[in-house]
Amino acid sequence: MLNCRQVTRLVSQSMDAKLRWYQRLGMRIHLLYCVWCRRYAAQLRFLRRASHHLGEEQADAVPQRLPPEAKQRIRERIQESMRDAHQE
Amino acid sequence: MSLDHIQVKPSGEPERNPPGPEKKGKVEPERWLDQHGDVLFSFALLRVRDRATAQDLVQETFLAALKAAGNFAGRSTERAWLFGILRNKLADYYRLQSREIALTESESGSPEEEGFFHAGGPGKDGWITRLAPQRWEAPDESLVSKEFQGAFQECVSGLPEKVAQVFLRREIDGVTSEEICKEFAISPNNLWVMLHRARMALRRCLEVNWFGRKRPEK
Repeated sequence: MLNCRQVTRLVSQSMDAKLRWYQRLGMRIHLLYCVWCRRYAAQLRFLRRASHHLGEEQADAVPQRLPPEAKQRIRERIQESMRDAHQE
Repeated sequence: MSLDHIQVKPSGEPERNPPGPEKKGKVEPERWLDQHGDVLFSFALLRVRDRATAQDLVQETFLAALKAAGNFAGRSTERAWLFGILRNKLADYYRLQSREIALTESESGSPEEEGFFHAGGPGKDGWITRLAPQRWEAPDESLVSKEFQGAFQECVSGLPEKVAQVFLRREIDGVTSEEICKEFAISPNNLWVMLHRARMALRRCLEVNWFGRKRPEK
């Protein structure tokens, strides 16, 4: 029988790789009777969804702003690069 | 470390940057900078933590975009296109970094699961009741909230840097395990331990700092 410590590892691993059949079976049997690990599995799936939201262009949260001097530096590099392209 | 090498593709592989937006309009990199600079910077900073490096990555992104703008052909929005380029720059950065610094044991090693399970007795390796996963109220309603995104980012920032990088590469960029192992020069086992560790810690962090705090009364 698998214990919770082992099952939490397998739950995570199953999100990144295909488990072996006996691992999958052991995990499923455990999940049938363990509400905590069932929640754990559901909450890891939620983490995945939350990450998608975090990473996408639609993320509204802009916690950090590009400092003005960095912006200026990038602007100058862009202009430089455009001038070079023209001269070619 | 300098990011100048990033432009050099060691294997001479072709430019992987996605094709640009369809709009036939003018190439306006300075407007890109004004409209998307902060978002790209925030994203980069979450991934590399070092402000100077994040700024360099954003700069590289705009310069690469400028070069690729000629072959506009894609269907994506301008921002999605720029994000795609930034992701490629991140991949280059990770590869470079993995060659320079080997992972230390504390960054990749023992899973942070120790405290959550009974160390002995009849319930050995079972959850300790007070640390076991609680019921979360309406988690999907949280997803769209700005405050939640902030709390989640905060939790990610609490992870060890390498662990966070690997986790975000997997979950935000959706890169396969095999590819991440190559980028970071780690073994699959190493990768699974790090991802397990990240998920265990993030789940707990959200439970304590978000779901536990903000329990709506029904």
